[in-house]
Amino acid sequence: MSKLLQEKDASGAAADARFTTISGRSVAAVYRPQDTRELDYARDLADPGQFPYTRGIHETMYRGKVWTMRQFAGFGSAAQTNARFKYLLEHGGGGLSVAFDLPTLMGRDPDHPLSLGEVGKCGVAVSSLRDMETLFEGIPLDKVTTSMTINSPAAMLLAFYILVGEQEGVGPEALAGTLQADILKEFIAQKEYIYPPRPSMRIVVDMIRYCTEQMPKWNTISISGYHIREAGATAAQELAFTLRDGIEYVQWCVDAGMDVDSFAPRLSFFFNSHSDFFEEIAKFRAARRIWARTMRERFHAKNPRSWMLRFHTQTAGVSLTAQQPYNNVVRTALQALAGVLGGTQSLHTNSLDEALALPTEAAATIALRTQQIIAHESGVANAADPLGGSWLVEKLTSDIEVEALDYFRRIDAMGGMVAAVERGYPQREIQESAFRFQQAVERKDKVIVGVNEYVMQEKPQPILYIDEQVADEQVARIVALRASRDQARVDRALAALKDAARGTSNLMPPILEASRAYATVGEMCDALREVFGEYEEQPIF
Amino acid sequence: MIPEMTETAVRRTRVVIAKPGLDGHDRGAKVIARALRDAGLEVIYTGLRQSPEQIVAAAAQEDADVIGLSILSGAHLPICRRIVELLRERSMDSVRVFVGGIIPAQDLAELKQLGIAGVFLPGASTQDVVRAIQNPAPGP
Repeated sequence: MSKLLQEKDASGAAADARFTTISGRSVAAVYRPQDTRELDYARDLADPGQFPYTRGIHETMYRGKVWTMRQFAGFGSAAQTNARFKYLLEHGGGGLSVAFDLPTLMGRDPDHPLSLGEVGKCGVAVSSLRDMETLFEGIPLDKVTTSMTINSPAAMLLAFYILVGEQEGVGPEALAGTLQADILKEFIAQKEYIYPPRPSMRIVVDMIRYCTEQMPKWNTISISGYHIREAGATAAQELAFTLRDGIEYVQWCVDAGMDVDSFAPRLSFFFNSHSDFFEEIAKFRAARRIWARTMRERFHAKNPRSWMLRFHTQTAGVSLTAQQPYNNVVRTALQALAGVLGGTQSLHTNSLDEALALPTEAAATIALRTQQIIAHESGVANAADPLGGSWLVEKLTSDIEVEALDYFRRIDAMGGMVAAVERGYPQREIQESAFRFQQAVERKDKVIVGVNEYVMQEKPQPILYIDEQVADEQVARIVALRASRDQARVDRALAALKDAARGTSNLMPPILEASRAYATVGEMCDALREVFGEYEEQPIF
Repeated sequence: MIPEMTETAVRRTRVVIAKPGLDGHDRGAKVIARALRDAGLEVIYTGLRQSPEQIVAAAAQEDADVIGLSILSGAHLPICRRIVELLRERSMDSVRVFVGGIIPAQDLAELKQLGIAGVFLPGASTQDVVRAIQNPAPGP
């Protein structure tokens, strides 16, 4: 036993801190049948594939089909990322997932002053339909499913994708994939917002309506806890805020006159899988139970597909360490296993070097192999919900559910999530948890191997380095694009977009027309900035 | 015991914490801002998406001793070059600039050459940051 642990054993209070989850939840020494005595199997658990889906949404889970191994990728230019996509597809990746750079995410062209240093760094630069054509060159859109992590300008990137499909002869009804388009968690956690919350919600509702009518195989929105967790939330806060965001979207769509069963089956979720193994599995199980009951009881949905919570999982980027980076392979494997035991529909495993940079091809390959080993060697995919009935896991599932429902009540009392966001409530809760965790790490109440314990000297890790040339080339491309297109058509399309924004008609058709005319992401977002204004949050800490 | 000091005797170190560029991941910036405040420093947090011009203007207006930049996106080199240039133009060379975030090892030499007073990489503790800001290294 290390000196650290011995010292803590001597003082009772400090010793307790060791027996808490990463979220600070106390864990008992042993769990017994009486801990789960209030659970009724048929009512609270039921077989996999049965309401409330605590044990999974499919009867046989991964026996029918293993989860989709969907690795998030994007860096540099569209051509560079196109090559990485083809590499991932050749090596057994089942779906594509696009990471965009910050100018694209924030609706800025690469030559905007705030894009200084950001072009192609955190993801791929896609400034117009032209870049999207390059990004998917040689990839048949009727054969792959594509997830796009984009929020404020989601409607523009969706339009680009639809138009690339059109060029390939694949109609919108045949396109399958997911648009993140979850603006609420941007205000709450990741802060990639452009417009104020209410017009931002209107754009989301317009997109959901358009996709519901035109794109039956498309997941209209990916309601995300991932970023909420990365910002410092506990497991229960991640769960509560994400599902409450989901309720908000459903409510807004219903209020806009849509039938809940017309759109709810295409809603999807996205969770973080963090390091505390059993707590994470419990979180995923609780998520399904809460959502199923909410959809049936609160929204009176009748279609079982509206009750089923389908979700993507990504292992916790924030848990990766820059120190001794190979240890991250082990962290990621455990987190991925928790996602699988929790019944995820698709999974991204982080690469070992992601605390340092975007992943190298070698690191991305190990990350994908990690999933393949879990799927094909470990045997955990043979039976559905293998931990169902564990007194510990069932108790944690119920406890996390109770905590999440308590947050629902508080947010409902504030008038819903948009109102709660406007007063900074979830933002402050997360900030508080983030600070508490940092203090726990600095006190060594929480050990992070290689960072606050088991530290050693090491050699630098080779990383993917994006040089500044990418930015110059992207700027040159957009300058050439602006010179080559029919400017009068662009101007007309942007004027029509502003008119639609001032009124109440759906924004998707004018965005499609502007995209077709090769208007840039920055130009379309500027048109909406002019009408909706820009959001600025109170800088509090 | 530290002898009691009046407010006029000691000027608290004034720190502007800023998030330049387009990135919104502010967990680190906020944790650092709070730890510095708890350690007794005067902290001004600019909020998100500040241009180098806005950050230097805030430092001038607040009479800051230190600028702390949180950059995770990879945009650190062009942003730091511009901030150092602006500080020089405004004769604010005495303001020490620190950077925290994800900075590739190969960029550390250029940051040092620019005159960046310190770089904090993933895993740095808030106490490392507090100490470095409170105890300036002896000048060249």
